[in-house]
Amino acid sequence: MSTKPHIDQSLVKTEEMVLNMGPQHPSTHGVLRLKIHTDGEVVSKIEPIIGYLHRCFEKHCEHLGYEQIVPFTDRCDYIASMHMNHGYALAMERLMGIEVPPRVEYIRVIVGELQRIASHLVALGTFGLDIGAITPFTWMIRDRERILDLFENLCGARLLYNYIWVGGVSHDLPEKFIRRTKEFIDYFTPQMDEFDQLLTFNKIFIERTADVGILPPDVAINYGVTGPSLRGSGVKWDLRKDEAYSAYPELEFDVPVGTGKMGSVGDCWDRYWVRMLEMRESVRIIDQALKSIPDGDVRAAVPKKVRPPKGSVYSRFETARGEIGYYIISDGKNIPVRLKMRSPAFCNLSVISEIAEGWMISDLIAILGSLDIVLGEIDR
Amino acid sequence: MNGIWASTLDILTSYGSMISLAGVGIFLIMAVNALVAVYFERKVSAFMQDRLGPMEVGIFGFKGGKKFWGGIGQTIADTVKLLTKEDILPDSADKKLMILAPFIIFIGAFVTFIGVPFSSVLLVSNFNIGIFYIIAMSSVGVVGIILAGWASNNKWSLYGSLRSAAQIISYEIPAGLSLILVVLVAGSLNIHDIVGWQADHRWFIFHSPMAFLAFFVYFISGVAETNRTPFDIPEAESELVAGWMTEYSGFRWALFFLSEYANMLIVCILTAVVFLGGWLSPMAMFNIFPESWLIFDGIWWGAFWIMFKAIFLIFVMMWFRWTFPRLRVDQLMYLCWKVLIPFALVNLVLVSIWELL
Amino acid sequence: MDFANIKKVLDVRCPDLIDTDGDRPSIMVKPESWGIVSNLLKTDPDLTFDSLMCLSGFDLVEDDHLGVAYHFYSMDKRHDLEVIIRTPKENPSIPSIANIWRAADWHEREAYDMYGIIFEGHPDLKRILLPDDWEGFPLRKDYVQADTYQGIIIKKDKTYWK
Repeated sequence: MSTKPHIDQSLVKTEEMVLNMGPQHPSTHGVLRLKIHTDGEVVSKIEPIIGYLHRCFEKHCEHLGYEQIVPFTDRCDYIASMHMNHGYALAMERLMGIEVPPRVEYIRVIVGELQRIASHLVALGTFGLDIGAITPFTWMIRDRERILDLFENLCGARLLYNYIWVGGVSHDLPEKFIRRTKEFIDYFTPQMDEFDQLLTFNKIFIERTADVGILPPDVAINYGVTGPSLRGSGVKWDLRKDEAYSAYPELEFDVPVGTGKMGSVGDCWDRYWVRMLEMRESVRIIDQALKSIPDGDVRAAVPKKVRPPKGSVYSRFETARGEIGYYIISDGKNIPVRLKMRSPAFCNLSVISEIAEGWMISDLIAILGSLDIVLGEIDR
Repeated sequence: MNGIWASTLDILTSYGSMISLAGVGIFLIMAVNALVAVYFERKVSAFMQDRLGPMEVGIFGFKGGKKFWGGIGQTIADTVKLLTKEDILPDSADKKLMILAPFIIFIGAFVTFIGVPFSSVLLVSNFNIGIFYIIAMSSVGVVGIILAGWASNNKWSLYGSLRSAAQIISYEIPAGLSLILVVLVAGSLNIHDIVGWQADHRWFIFHSPMAFLAFFVYFISGVAETNRTPFDIPEAESELVAGWMTEYSGFRWALFFLSEYANMLIVCILTAVVFLGGWLSPMAMFNIFPESWLIFDGIWWGAFWIMFKAIFLIFVMMWFRWTFPRLRVDQLMYLCWKVLIPFALVNLVLVSIWELL
Repeated sequence: MDFANIKKVLDVRCPDLIDTDGDRPSIMVKPESWGIVSNLLKTDPDLTFDSLMCLSGFDLVEDDHLGVAYHFYSMDKRHDLEVIIRTPKENPSIPSIANIWRAADWHEREAYDMYGIIFEGHPDLKRILLPDDWEGFPLRKDYVQADTYQGIIIKKDKTYWK
């Protein structure tokens, strides 16, 4: 049972030490800098400092044609590029009122769920790495490799796909893709039980993560936390169900939420477990989608130069990390006036000072790992 | 007069040569141990993680290729790299202490080997306080760790060294209490006497249920004392960058590394000697083997058995490292003070009663 | 509730404070009345917008105004709302809502960072993505790129390419 450590200030005179965690640190998942005030091992104040990876995404977008923005969205969340593509394509299609062919929707769902598994594998693996378990990470990276191989087969790229375009996808599925994906699923399903044995129900892992960094649901909603981190707090909220897009309404899956199985609702273990369960759901979705994928075109009738009508749209999409929102203002020309990306990890990270204060440095690392941030998307 | 001087000189040189011989021997053992153990660790981890491990560097034109024993020259190449690398001393570090610290840690490990037996005769000195000496000397290193952490003038190092100090000093207690159990039964601190007791009776781990438990208490404490996962909080890579070693590089860092693996070997040999019958062959314990098998119990076979047991324990330590996550500081202390020490104390009382019966 | 109903509720609760922009489904609020309206959006039992999805500044050049678009969502009632506030470019100032929706904290800092909009009452309004000593607000349409930042050449210097 983990409890917040208590230091009796009347007994010892102590001074706070300011510690710079990052931008170069093994477990800040990139170039995040946390300015932490520590009282011994206990973290008393956290000030996240971001922006080390700022690449002017929004400024760039104001100088690019709508169709040229797609590869830029890849670079924002490089762990789940497919989702960023899809979110953008969805926003543009809503702005322009494009109806995409059903085959495209199914392809998008399949690659999106594969991407979700790949992203969660990285998230869980690095979370284990933060806790000190190295082997789960290599095992998960090994399985992610297979998904990347599938994507390489699909679009030639392993990390930055530029696959989902406005009104369609860049290529149709390759010949053997469906068979290879089925093989992957057959291979991957027993692997998840192995991960559970190795890490999830490891006593030390539970000791380190259960009851640590509890994120209450109201705080999570107020901070705009979304995705698995929000579901870990017990809020059943998934855009794939609640604001269903693409082929999701036709597919059957559950939305796992944190139940406080090992500690209390919303602790690090719950956030971990929700991701673990989501991978199983993704496998289910892929399985169904592969069975019912229709034939047809892979591009809607979209002009070469995309010119949306004057107006604006705010569209959100469930990525592996949470809700990506694109707010696009168009004035009828072929470049956007304003494109704002509301990135999920940006909001998820902002909650860290709320939930990690009062815990130890080791717990801070665990909490940070459980939030699953990608700095490319936070700093944009 | 001349004769007295000559004989004194004779004695001095012979002592000197003996001491230097032992010193060179110990150093060679430490160096070879580090070389082999690093390679072993990398291969074990690779095996556990579905990787290949070092594959490229061969030695004497002998290259493993994509076989399990590939890349056997890797650690030698690493050593050469470490020794030729620039030693960086941070500008604001306490330079004298920072240079001194690795040597203290190294000396701590080095002198401990004086009491560590590799066989019934392969032993530098057979003290009457053998075990006590080993426990005392193996905790010298913690001074070096604190010095290293403080002198680096780095906050991460400071955290690492303070964690390490707390951890090593705490885990000395259950380790010591478990060993006292053995001393109590064997009636001697001398390593020969302890193994002798085991030769007369049985391996100590099978002495009583309490001794069986004490073995685990001692081994867990030993893992903690050598700062290995799941107790590697002093150098917790994902939290403290590299803990107290953060600012070290090159030769000085190599000394840390050497000492770490030497400490592992010490803990494992001591466990083997005290609980697993030391240089006694496992066959001698059971009466089912034919008489002719007792040849496996000779002096040189003794060295084989002791190393066999120690290496098996080292493998178990590596197995731990590549399987378990890391504990938190307070959980580590909880495990020590609220679990292991009470167990060890109760064990001690029970074993005393057992002996009286 | 759909937009028309939300508008109706707001019309009853705070008449004269809200406005619409043509037939777009969004309400316009003046900066000075935003404090009251924002509180109402959060606390009104019919609205309960407990989630701020997005807060984005924008610069539409046309009328020398900067704007901020807020996108709210109610997890409870499952409806959303777009609120747009416009503020003059010379002295852009909007009351902060960071103490009502904590999500607004970093988003307001970002809007300040990029557009220079001052959010009054924000607990810690400073640059978030750009360095603290950056000059100018890059997403404004009239932003002129500086030549150097701290001696580092910003503009593409193609002379080195040859």
